[in-house]
Amino acid sequence: MFALTIGPGYYLALSAMLFIIGAIGLLIRRNPLIMFMCIELMLNAANLAFIAFGKEMDDLGGQISVLFVLVVAAAEVVIGLAIVVAVMRRRPKATIDDVSVLRG
Amino acid sequence: MLSSVLGTIFASTITTPDIAWSALIPLLVLSGASIFLLTIVSIAPKDLPPSFYATYTGLAALASGIAAIPLWIRVQDDARGPFRTIAGGYSVDGFSLIITFLILLSVLLVACLASEYLAKEGITGPEPYALIMLSASGGIIMAGANDLIVLFLGIEVLSIAAYVLAAMDMRRVQSQEAGMKYFVLGAFASGFLLYGIALIYGATGSTSLAAIRDFLESTELRKDALLLTGLAMALIGLGFKVATVPFHFWTPDVYQGTPTPVVAYMASAVKAAGFAALIRVFYVAFGSYQSDWQPIIYGLAIATLLVGSLMAIVQTDVKRLLAYSSISHAGYILVGFQSGSDNGVVSVSFYLITYAFMVLGSFAVVSIIGSLNSGQTTIDDFEGLSNRRPILAAVFTIFLLGQAGIPLTTGFFAKFYVIEAAVEARSYGLAISAMVTAVIAAFLYLKILIKMWLSDDTGSEPFSRLQARLNIPIRIQVGFVLTISAGFTLIFGVWPQPIVELARNALPIIGFS
Repeated sequence: MFALTIGPGYYLALSAMLFIIGAIGLLIRRNPLIMFMCIELMLNAANLAFIAFGKEMDDLGGQISVLFVLVVAAAEVVIGLAIVVAVMRRRPKATIDDVSVLRG
Repeated sequence: MLSSVLGTIFASTITTPDIAWSALIPLLVLSGASIFLLTIVSIAPKDLPPSFYATYTGLAALASGIAAIPLWIRVQDDARGPFRTIAGGYSVDGFSLIITFLILLSVLLVACLASEYLAKEGITGPEPYALIMLSASGGIIMAGANDLIVLFLGIEVLSIAAYVLAAMDMRRVQSQEAGMKYFVLGAFASGFLLYGIALIYGATGSTSLAAIRDFLESTELRKDALLLTGLAMALIGLGFKVATVPFHFWTPDVYQGTPTPVVAYMASAVKAAGFAALIRVFYVAFGSYQSDWQPIIYGLAIATLLVGSLMAIVQTDVKRLLAYSSISHAGYILVGFQSGSDNGVVSVSFYLITYAFMVLGSFAVVSIIGSLNSGQTTIDDFEGLSNRRPILAAVFTIFLLGQAGIPLTTGFFAKFYVIEAAVEARSYGLAISAMVTAVIAAFLYLKILIKMWLSDDTGSEPFSRLQARLNIPIRIQVGFVLTISAGFTLIFGVWPQPIVELARNALPIIGFS
């Protein structure tokens, strides 16, 4: 019906865009939870790239890599949330600018 | 229906890769010990004393090191030599074993330091010890990783435990903040590393370092830009872990806020694991692209040397100062790394070994002063240390002179060998910048030394506050760390041949030249 085929190139472009959004978001957003979402966005952009490359080359390695990355991303967010909860419990508002005792 | 499905599943044999379990024993001992520690603590009816955890951790590191000795003998045996296992994902060669020994040694000495310091900070649980062992097992994975995904998993095991360790001292705002910053920036770097790995995979069709090398040597590459972008992003991710400029911003804050024994672990073991990973990726997989990455490392090395030593001069906190000094040491290691030769690997191994002892000893002294002085470690707190504790001051002097690269310490030979490797690779500019920054860096260590030995301003407030508590004796474990580190720095500072020989035996790195 539709002649348009969505090739791996589209997925790669999408993954690059997601990665850039994640990286910029991490640098400019001040809310720790949004920053975590940005980290997730970066890792999942890499996952998308892995799958797109794997599909293009007809290689299972890309998909297997994604499974490992998913586990790592889950572990990372668990730790990150625990640290944020611990840090923010003694501060009224949750922004990263409040975390600024160390400088010199 | 179900039985036929099950039948086909069981009939078809899945071929799993050969695993040489003997090669993984050091890793399994350490990670197993960590999980076992948490298990016995949750079963035990009463709280166990903190000294038990430290002893347990030290013994686990020793056991893991002893388990690695047969591997070292096997690798040194010409008939058998280095080998790969788990479908080529993990390599066991002299270099991976040296880094393994170094990480285990760091765990052992940090365990000696930790029990007293953490008890003073009110941390009596087993968690720091379990996390240090887990983090170290991640480092051991990195040391032998021969596949980019294995490398990524190793880095994450190492880092995720280290994030928690940095935030461990929950009562102190500084520690929480260090953990938060380390986590956010570390995850940012992991994202870059992972995306870089994905791009390298897309360009070469594999994540195995050996397969990437074979592909690059045999193929005229169609997607060169993809590969080079991937390599650059992987370099950002790894450069963050070893704190090279411009990816160093986390280092001073994290070093200042983190509990001091943990900083000793970060500066010795994490740095060694990071450089092992850099060497493996760049030398093994991208050996044929040496002319592409050498100029980048050249620039990074000069920037790291300069920023590290110049920024250190204006610091007033000793932990921050040592953080910048660790950045400048990363610069020297990059000088050896940049040469891309066998001698480069030897000089990097030698530097990592000797630096580990000096930095462990330095942070041992800082942790003594810090825990006597309610966590404060400004340069003023070291004022007149030589009057009351001459031995402690003398030992700290050895470590600082070693880091400055004064002759008769191992630090001199470490700097000598990296510069020699750079000269052999005809990177004369880099060698000259390394020598010039050595002079700048000497100034900042002298700044502490002058405060310790020559200051007669004994009436100032920090001095008297510290003096009031300084007659507490040093624990035997901490004394052990100081003796070992100072002895190593002095003995092998006049007689470096055994360590050079050891570093030379790390060759050949499997898959490189």
